Amino acid sequence: MTVTVDWYLILAAVLFVIGAAGLLIRRNAIIMFMSIELMLNAVNLTFVSVGRELQNLAGQFAVFFVLVVAAAEVVIGLAIIVSIFRARATASVDELSEMKG
Amino acid sequence: MTELILFFIFGSLALVGGLTVVAAKNPVHSAMGLMLTLFSLAVFYVVQAAHFVAAVQVIVYAGAVMTLFLFVIMLIGVDKEENLTENIRFQRPLVVLLGLSVVVIGVVVAVGGRFTWVTGPAIAGPEVNGTVEAIGDDLFTVWLLPFEATSLLLIIAAVGALALAFYSPRRRQRSEEDAP
Repeated sequence: MTVTVDWYLILAAVLFVIGAAGLLIRRNAIIMFMSIELMLNAVNLTFVSVGRELQNLAGQFAVFFVLVVAAAEVVIGLAIIVSIFRARATASVDELSEMKG
Repeated sequence: MTELILFFIFGSLALVGGLTVVAAKNPVHSAMGLMLTLFSLAVFYVVQAAHFVAAVQVIVYAGAVMTLFLFVIMLIGVDKEENLTENIRFQRPLVVLLGLSVVVIGVVVAVGGRFTWVTGPAIAGPEVNGTVEAIGDDLFTVWLLPFEATSLLLIIAAVGALALAFYSPRRRQRSEEDAP
């Protein structure tokens, strides 16, 4: 029994769904953020696995660029969360509902 | 055989970490769970000969990003009471639907045995080996423009974070009072 690429793809799909479920269920902004990171990492795993299967290095470059974008996103997102917390003293996204149309 | 054992050990650890992120009450525990998942994925990258990506995963993700997360959790404090009542009606059914659809797709692919649907045909060729040398060779020739674009993105992110950190409603109010 050898590990084929499908096993990695299924594992990545399950991790992605766990992240998506966390994003939909939780209300704490920081934990929602971590769920997004989980989803990004699941996609990275598929990139590397499929890149190995197709014998193509481009998958690893995709992971590299996803990493850079995720780092930038974390910096800005956490800065926004901190400034919201300073103004509102909460990290719950349901409290931020005054922009109703 | 080694890959099989590693897959089962670190695959289950990654799943445990992912579930901890979603289920933990304390955000610090969520961060620890995410770190466990990130390390497990780094092991998978090493197994799949993506050495550079594995190193970057540990240094940037498990190191820098998670430190930033923990820093912010410590900064704004841990509020343990989280109101989980749902304001949007269809959100909970959406979660169930999402889980079910993945289970159905997994079963269809596994029972049908049509893994080529998922992966496409394999191409015969040399095995990829993501060493620092191989990555660097391509990064500064083929992928030069995206690479430079990411440097611009990082500068914008740093400046944006500074701007957000210096902006505060109170300070703006005070400067408006001083102005006339």
